Amino acid sequence: MTLRARLEVRHGTAFALDLALDVAPGETVALLGPNGAGKTTALRALAGLRPLTRGSVELDGTVLDDPAAGVRVATEHRPIGVVFQDHLLFGHLSALENVAFGPRARGVPRAVARGLASDWLARVGLAEYATRRPRALSGGQAQRVALARAMVTEPRLLLLDEPLAALDASTRLLVRGELRRHLAAFGGCTVLVTHDPLDAMVLADRIVVLEHGRVVQHGTPADVAHRPRTPYVAQLVGLNLHRGTASGTTVALADGGALTTATAAEGPVLVAFPPSAVGLHPERPAGSPRNTWPVRVDALEQHAGTVRLRLTGPPDVLADVTPAAVAELGLTAGAELWAALKATEVRVYPA
Amino acid sequence: MARRPPALLVVPAALGLAFLTLPLAGLLLRTPWAGLPARLAEPAVLEALRLSLLCASLATVLCLLTGVPLAWLLARAEFPGRRLVRALVTVPLVLPPVVGGVALLLVFGRRGVLGQYLQDWFGVSLPFTTAGVVVAEAFVAMPFLVIAVEGALRGADRRYEEAAATLGASRWLTFRRVTLPMVAPGVAAGTVLCWARALGEFGATITFAGNFPGETRTMPLAVYLALETDPPAATVLSVLLLVVSVAVLVSLRERWLGAAP
Repeated sequence: MTLRARLEVRHGTAFALDLALDVAPGETVALLGPNGAGKTTALRALAGLRPLTRGSVELDGTVLDDPAAGVRVATEHRPIGVVFQDHLLFGHLSALENVAFGPRARGVPRAVARGLASDWLARVGLAEYATRRPRALSGGQAQRVALARAMVTEPRLLLLDEPLAALDASTRLLVRGELRRHLAAFGGCTVLVTHDPLDAMVLADRIVVLEHGRVVQHGTPADVAHRPRTPYVAQLVGLNLHRGTASGTTVALADGGALTTATAAEGPVLVAFPPSAVGLHPERPAGSPRNTWPVRVDALEQHAGTVRLRLTGPPDVLADVTPAAVAELGLTAGAELWAALKATEVRVYPA
Repeated sequence: MARRPPALLVVPAALGLAFLTLPLAGLLLRTPWAGLPARLAEPAVLEALRLSLLCASLATVLCLLTGVPLAWLLARAEFPGRRLVRALVTVPLVLPPVVGGVALLLVFGRRGVLGQYLQDWFGVSLPFTTAGVVVAEAFVAMPFLVIAVEGALRGADRRYEEAAATLGASRWLTFRRVTLPMVAPGVAAGTVLCWARALGEFGATITFAGNFPGETRTMPLAVYLALETDPPAATVLSVLLLVVSVAVLVSLRERWLGAAP
């Protein structure tokens, strides 16, 4: 089971999606990107809910979509399962009937369909909620029923559209864990659309980052988390990112300033380091192989347990400090101090 | 804190309410209550009532069978001239019913555009028959149903239909199992309006189907006729129609329309 898709969707002149996507059997690929990046459009195109302008969709060697060849398999004839952001369970049907809907629509006899649906409700831990209507279910329960409804038909391609976005934080944690378990047991291809980096990191084998309808980065979650390639990705994974030109262990940054690194490189590079690696001092710190440069505090944001400082350089950086340090150093907007960064904390990779 | 509504709105509103309710009150005031049971039991009255209920119900069924699919096409399908079709559907709504009756005669009459073939091929003649009453009532009442159902369809979230498609449901199955249950309140509201309109139909009926006791003389026709010969009888028949209409409206309102707050 393999998905090979080349998706080109144009909407007037304002929006265009251009995405090549290959998914191996049993693999989960996350489409990660900001709102309006084209993630959902890509998912709808895979589901056949949105026509391709150009390109093709091929699943297990069967062409599902190819406008050039005049092929377009209707949504209801595609071997897919879709979980939507706000579950879209049918309000007039019970949880069991919702899950049985797919098999029934595909011609499975009523009793068999209800049996399958019961099994799946049990697998998502909702056997005792079979007779409930969707409005009598919590958000997390409804989303689990939606997952059962999508998976009961044994789809070869599972499409998840922000499946956790509508849930509150604690429910999200539970459902994410459950989703991970089901995806691990699922033999087909899975495409997950999300704007939450944590969903992508936990659930996906590979991440494709979309911005403005184009792929800006792809790789394993660890790769994306460690080596962001755009400011958007860097912000998602919480790293400082700079572009520059390396010459040995010195990188001249494009926005001004220079950093010393522990590993040597040559030519155009990206450098990344966590905000927690940036030390702050009232005076210029002495000695040791460190990067030091004067900065001015631009803004302070309270995060859980730490305070994130936006510092103007060059280079501009984010730094995480403790509330105690904020008090000791008398940090307010406009304060001037020195930033320090160990060369070993800086990751360098080709641009 | 609730502010006092301005008198400039309250006074005309009260006048409007009085205007709408006083005639009904007058009807009830002048009803010869003492002789009511005897008058209601008259065969002619029962005949007209039976015919009215039968024809209005058959006309409503006819409207449901064709009007709901028509509303679906208007709301969901893309085809050239859809705006024109919607305009055509609403024409009977604004057309004087008597004109509708004339138009029906010209089409379904013995020499009509279609009527001559119905007569020649099937030996069927609609004008001046009970079937003609049903046709006349359906013609006048169908727009009420189509407009109500189309509105409900437009208001329904189409993503549920997409979800059904991803589960393998054909468009017909989706319509039957997902769309129709979603718009059921709208269909019910449309059905009530349609039935009420059919029940009260006068102009198109008398023009197209005539006024034959037991065959085409529905309640409204009987009321009109009685007014000339036996005014108290007209009052009794009117009260009867009023009661039937209100009863249906109330019963369906509580069950289906979810009653506005």
